[in-house]
Amino acid sequence: MEYFLQQLINGLTLGSIYGLIAIGYTMVYGIIGMINFAHGDVFMVGSVVSFIVLLGLGVTGGSGSFTIILALALVVIIAMLIAAVYNWTIERVAYRPLRGSFRLAPLISAIGMSIVLQEFVRIAQEGRPKPIQPIITGGYEVMRRVAANGNDFVVKISNMQILIILSTIALMAIFTMIIQRTSLGRAQRACEQDQKMASLLGINVDRTISITFILGAALAAFAGMMFFLYYNVTDFFIGFVAGIKAFTAAVLGGIGSIPGAMLGGMVIGLIEVMWSAYFSVEYKDVAAFTILVIVLIFMPQGLLGKPEVEKV
Amino acid sequence: MSGPAKDTSSKAEVKTLDAFGLAKDLIGSAIITMLILTPIVSLKTTMNQGVLLISGRWILAAELTAAVVIGRLLIHLYAWYKSHAAANEVESTKPVVKATSLSDRIGKYVAPALLVFALVLPIISYASPWGEKRTIDLAIYILTYIMLGWGLNVVVGLAGLLDLGYVAFYAIGAYAYALLSTVLLPYLFGPGVLPWAFYITLPLSGILAATWGIVLGFPVLRLRGDYLAIVTLAFGEMIRLVLINWFALTNGPQGIIVPKATFFGLPFKDGEGSFSAFFNIPYDRIHFYFFLYYLILTLALITYFVTKRLRRLPIGRAWEALREDEIACRSLGINTTTTKLTAFATGAMFGGFAGSFFAARQGFVSPESFVYIESALILAIVVLGGLGSQIGIVFSAIAIMGSFEIFREMDFMKAILPTGTEPIQFRMLAVGLAMVLMMRFRPRGFVTKREPTVFLKEKKSISGDMVAEGHG
Repeated sequence: MEYFLQQLINGLTLGSIYGLIAIGYTMVYGIIGMINFAHGDVFMVGSVVSFIVLLGLGVTGGSGSFTIILALALVVIIAMLIAAVYNWTIERVAYRPLRGSFRLAPLISAIGMSIVLQEFVRIAQEGRPKPIQPIITGGYEVMRRVAANGNDFVVKISNMQILIILSTIALMAIFTMIIQRTSLGRAQRACEQDQKMASLLGINVDRTISITFILGAALAAFAGMMFFLYYNVTDFFIGFVAGIKAFTAAVLGGIGSIPGAMLGGMVIGLIEVMWSAYFSVEYKDVAAFTILVIVLIFMPQGLLGKPEVEKV
Repeated sequence: MSGPAKDTSSKAEVKTLDAFGLAKDLIGSAIITMLILTPIVSLKTTMNQGVLLISGRWILAAELTAAVVIGRLLIHLYAWYKSHAAANEVESTKPVVKATSLSDRIGKYVAPALLVFALVLPIISYASPWGEKRTIDLAIYILTYIMLGWGLNVVVGLAGLLDLGYVAFYAIGAYAYALLSTVLLPYLFGPGVLPWAFYITLPLSGILAATWGIVLGFPVLRLRGDYLAIVTLAFGEMIRLVLINWFALTNGPQGIIVPKATFFGLPFKDGEGSFSAFFNIPYDRIHFYFFLYYLILTLALITYFVTKRLRRLPIGRAWEALREDEIACRSLGINTTTTKLTAFATGAMFGGFAGSFFAARQGFVSPESFVYIESALILAIVVLGGLGSQIGIVFSAIAIMGSFEIFREMDFMKAILPTGTEPIQFRMLAVGLAMVLMMRFRPRGFVTKREPTVFLKEKKSISGDMVAEGHG
């Protein structure tokens, strides 16, 4: 029971990260109907940028807590900004000119872009993993099972996990507000339903699509920074596997649905952690990929999505 | 990094060079480029004895920004110049495209010329500046990728199914050879079978890969194009993870040492019972390379001709119809599931053959050879060759694989590259960029001419530019 609780906490933390990335996939898919294959790599860029900025600021775990908070706020803003610029540029350069081209063209272009991003970061920053000392340390004891021999099993939640889960909830709240309440969100939803009609009603579709990419990238960058602070290491390749898993989360939640993406992220995070805890760590990725295949075959509309009708 | 904005250069009207707009655009792209480069290029992190250090590379970032701005200026000037030229020519009607253009007349001889060249390559290879062995080795390497490209072409180019896990079938072929030749065959027939292992395993590995193609393909083939891509990618990764982690069967990351290919039972080594002893010639390692070269050439040619014949059969026509429009295909009574499955299985089979050859050539297999980037590379070859064009794949494989080799040689590039980087490091970056640019400017590949496989009365060639790009 205690073991399960601990895994639940770990799973929700990981799930938050996947959920944040998944939103980017699901929004882009919802609006232009393509898989932004480079999105996982935008997450990686966010992670690497936050690492570089943090290193540049010279903050370590030993600094005062006020300094750390200030530095992290700065890091998160820069990482989001840079990742947004990346995703915006990708859309402008690699996807927008291909609208109306043949079916596979944007996808192939996205695959190319994903390779470009990975290689760009690898060449510019060397391929080796980048470790740092933990910055946010400490945590709370949630539960303790007293054992007779003194080896108590302690269920812990670290400050980092609290930060990730809380900030994900906060970001989701802000994000839902943007989509539900602002004119920007209205335009976004309108374009999702019918681009041609939306443009007839005076919505700048190109601009809306660009903003979708920017928002998705900002969330991914945030996830990237959290990922890096949680594991205390980052490198140029993290975007690949995390990207597939986040995409799985988006599909599982129902592609096009934003709450679905978050829910899917949580489910994937939990499945991955539980699988590693109770079965085998080696096959945790295989478990996540299997979920993807099963979901796509048996319920392609996902948990919260609408069934897709193919029209001529 | 920024491409041209939405101004369409093809418009016939004369554009005035809007200096203000141009300046705004240039400043904008400079800012974007600087933002892109700032953290990742201009700040370099290095690991020094366990301590991470950060150092600035601002000059490099500034140079790159300047390059982007100048490039963008040139694009604008070019668009402006072109609109002028078009306006002046507006009176003269465009020349009608002649039925037999130069490329058409040459086109007929390209394939035979390439074949003759491939056949005599080992004979003329002594004249190569890189030496005989290295040239032949490179040729074998390129031919392997040509064969893989042709195999994937069946799936992506003909049937229009984007397969991102093609390397899985390559891996299955290689491991089928490894496991059959080191475990099963000696167990069944004793160690005497080892020299013949390759010839027994080759067809088996093709069949195995095709079976796996059907097994993996069956559940996912009703998915739409991009879902299919990601699922095949997941399958490719799953197979690699299984190969790494299933220690008892595959020996994990350490890999398996397998017997190398033999000349119909005669091994290439010095001494009794070998190839050189049988033919009474002095032993030379180059014989093995020659043999491998002709072996892969044969395998590749089989792939080529089988695909060429298949395209003329109803099944091949169904593939191409499927690529163009799946719904129309279904409404005409084509069974899309079988059509997709046969494409998948055929492609997988060729991948399996190539994998088997790869194992027999290396004498060693390990999961490291079957990573995702290999799939992406094969896909890039197919894409750059022009989806569906077999000759195009030859050229793009030569271009990509050859340029990898040239990247290795380009010492002069070091002068302009940042210190501490080798030209070879940029090879995948170049491949990725090429894929993006290709989709942007020549989405149907460099060889855009496509021979129609079905025609009424006479053959008319379709140019890629003329094919409606709708939702095909």
